[in-house]
Amino acid sequence: MASHLVIVAGNPNAGKTTLFNSLTGSTQKVANYPGVTVESVEGQYSFDGETIRCVDVPGLYSLKAASEDERVATDVILGRQEGKPELVVYVLDATNLERNLFLFTQIAESQVPMVIALTMPDRLQAKGKRIDVERLRSELGVPVVSVIAHQDRKLDALKRAINDALRDRPIPSIDFGLPVGMQSTIRELSERLARIGVDASQAEIRRNLYEPPELFQLFLEDFPEIAEPFTEARNRLEAEDLLRPSVDVTSRYEWSAKIQSLVLRDAEKPAKTVSITDRLDKVLTHRFWGLTIFVLVMYGVFQSIYTVAAPMMAGIEDVFGRLQDAIRPMVSQNEILESFIIDGLIAGVGGMLVFLPQILILFFFIAVLEGSGYLARAAFLMDRLLGWCGLNGRAFIPFLSSYACAIPGIMAARVMPDSKSRLATILVAPLMSCSARLPVYVLLIGTFIEPQYGAFWAGFSLFAMHLLGLVVAIPVVYVLNRKMLKARRLPFVLELPPYQWPKWRDIWLTLVNRGKVFVKTAGTIIVFMSILIWAAASFPRFSPADAVAEAAKVGVPEERAEQWVQEKQLENSVLGRFGKAIEPVFIPAGFDWRITTAILSAFPARETIVPSLGIIFSLGGEVDESSGDLQSAMKRATWPDGRPLFTVWTAIGLMVFFALCAQCMATLATVKRETNSWKWAVFMFCYMTALAYVGAVAVNYLGKLFGA
Amino acid sequence: MSAVAGMTFADLKSGMSARVVAVDENCLDSRRLQEMGFTVGTQFSVVKVAPMGDPIEILVRGYRICLRKNECHCIQIESVG
Repeated sequence: MASHLVIVAGNPNAGKTTLFNSLTGSTQKVANYPGVTVESVEGQYSFDGETIRCVDVPGLYSLKAASEDERVATDVILGRQEGKPELVVYVLDATNLERNLFLFTQIAESQVPMVIALTMPDRLQAKGKRIDVERLRSELGVPVVSVIAHQDRKLDALKRAINDALRDRPIPSIDFGLPVGMQSTIRELSERLARIGVDASQAEIRRNLYEPPELFQLFLEDFPEIAEPFTEARNRLEAEDLLRPSVDVTSRYEWSAKIQSLVLRDAEKPAKTVSITDRLDKVLTHRFWGLTIFVLVMYGVFQSIYTVAAPMMAGIEDVFGRLQDAIRPMVSQNEILESFIIDGLIAGVGGMLVFLPQILILFFFIAVLEGSGYLARAAFLMDRLLGWCGLNGRAFIPFLSSYACAIPGIMAARVMPDSKSRLATILVAPLMSCSARLPVYVLLIGTFIEPQYGAFWAGFSLFAMHLLGLVVAIPVVYVLNRKMLKARRLPFVLELPPYQWPKWRDIWLTLVNRGKVFVKTAGTIIVFMSILIWAAASFPRFSPADAVAEAAKVGVPEERAEQWVQEKQLENSVLGRFGKAIEPVFIPAGFDWRITTAILSAFPARETIVPSLGIIFSLGGEVDESSGDLQSAMKRATWPDGRPLFTVWTAIGLMVFFALCAQCMATLATVKRETNSWKWAVFMFCYMTALAYVGAVAVNYLGKLFGA
Repeated sequence: MSAVAGMTFADLKSGMSARVVAVDENCLDSRRLQEMGFTVGTQFSVVKVAPMGDPIEILVRGYRICLRKNECHCIQIESVG
């Protein structure tokens, strides 16, 4: 049986997603619209013999799209994206009729059948008002169903209205009193077009006439046969001073205000004197308490990302470790197969799933903060701090999350209201020092700084490393915004919705959708790349028949033979050869082929440089960042001419390199997923690697200058 | 009233009420601001100014919105009452 395409559209904060979640529940699928970063969410339900395919479009304020999200929403509503919708369910916030009706007037003109879902009647009641639904229905000319989506799980009345509307096709009939001159111009143009065989509705004509100049030009180029009448009509409107957007916008708002006054009634129960939102805002956006609470809330959120996620991550690692142990005997007869399954496949899947706890915890908090209305307040408080370099107040969530891990941070960039600022945020988020850099810092500080310079400088360098990314991120964002993402900056428009309890189902579905998106798309790339890196480090094989004898030949004692074979394997592999080949590139930074190979092998994830260094310095892969063996082996390492390989400046240079580089394929895979293109992932890798390289070289030269 | 004509959002203080007197349509941001409800004649009130002086929280057409002062200079306002 064929399903019907129904679109759920409305203003941001109108309760659209809650309604969509109630209608479609767990059937939702998340995908990207082709070629853009905007996500589409689709789901379906069946009611009374009809199967309804629902598409949740991004919330929008106007069909005159300002942002990429709004453009996509507009295209879907007007049927330019997935075919003409059979029905638009317009979500109308009862507490915010005037502005919500403005968008309604625009959609109404497209002559698509509509049903109104009137949301938040309960909240309006608390304000001592109610809406005359019958009157609203007769004024708009389409069915109106009052819904409290989070309470009424079945929404039968709305579903029935949708089924009826699919049959009756109710099209809004409204007249919002455009100036006479505009009406006559459009009518004449319509008649003229009809004579040359072009069938266009008056709304379509007006929409195109009122496009901004550049879009109007594009429209004329697309349809040269009607360019002449359109240009004439536009010139006439211009001459009569009717082409200004204000003429159009003002008449729509006048109509909206009129309708609101006609349908808004006093409720039986009077309003509470001061609303909960007012009382909460007195504290939560207070210049002292507001900021204090903000800091505490954020501290709580990120503390729990660390502490709550840590045991879960350890658990996942433990499960995969056991899995490796359990499977190893089954595949141990074939050395390559063993290495592939144990070190390539299982390690890759485990290395991907280990991110899931942080992602889910962060999105739990984002869903709670966003659903309650607090996120908007936090953005209000923080906007000044982040606004001047081209971001806005909402960016603090992705930035702070990136200090735990860039992957949830990048995914959290979807709190940004438009795709340009989202992209800018995504591109700099990985500069924040994530927890995977910590093992690298701990190893190097513990080896080269703490023993020589004491605990104070050790702590200071750790702090400086965490600050470095943020300091570098600011000019990067600035340049990105000014030079690359040049598209006009939109005015920052931040609605402060009334506070409410977050809806559990909305939170749950956020977690399910985010989890699925990560595992399915980013995850598959991560596993694939893990296997690729495993192969580069494992081939060609160095596996002498008798490792002990082979090791003895070059004077390696028997107990170290296995580690020596590991070292030789890495040195001999594609990765090791490549490390040697590009050693000259890293000489200015003071890195030899061993450090270079360790850096290369840490491409999957930064923290893997620690076991890689272990292998390279002949200790085997089972070392951690506080391993004394590794520390002393690194101190002993020399250049061929006998100079020590690591000075304190080499160590700082390596830390700076790791602070700035993009050595994390999970991050790159996530960027690819979130921006819907490899282009930005590759760009990020290149610019961050360049920054890292320049940083490391600069440190090395400083070291030579101050001669340590 | 002439003394306060030519006011912009930068002059707004917490608790003030104002009305839109003119919108500069050559300014690119003017359309979005009008679509958000700031059409000529619209009255609004300032709920709060953010701790660092910007943005400002405004109650307009029954809902609350935050705007940055320097992004609203295409709207000319006058204070009311």
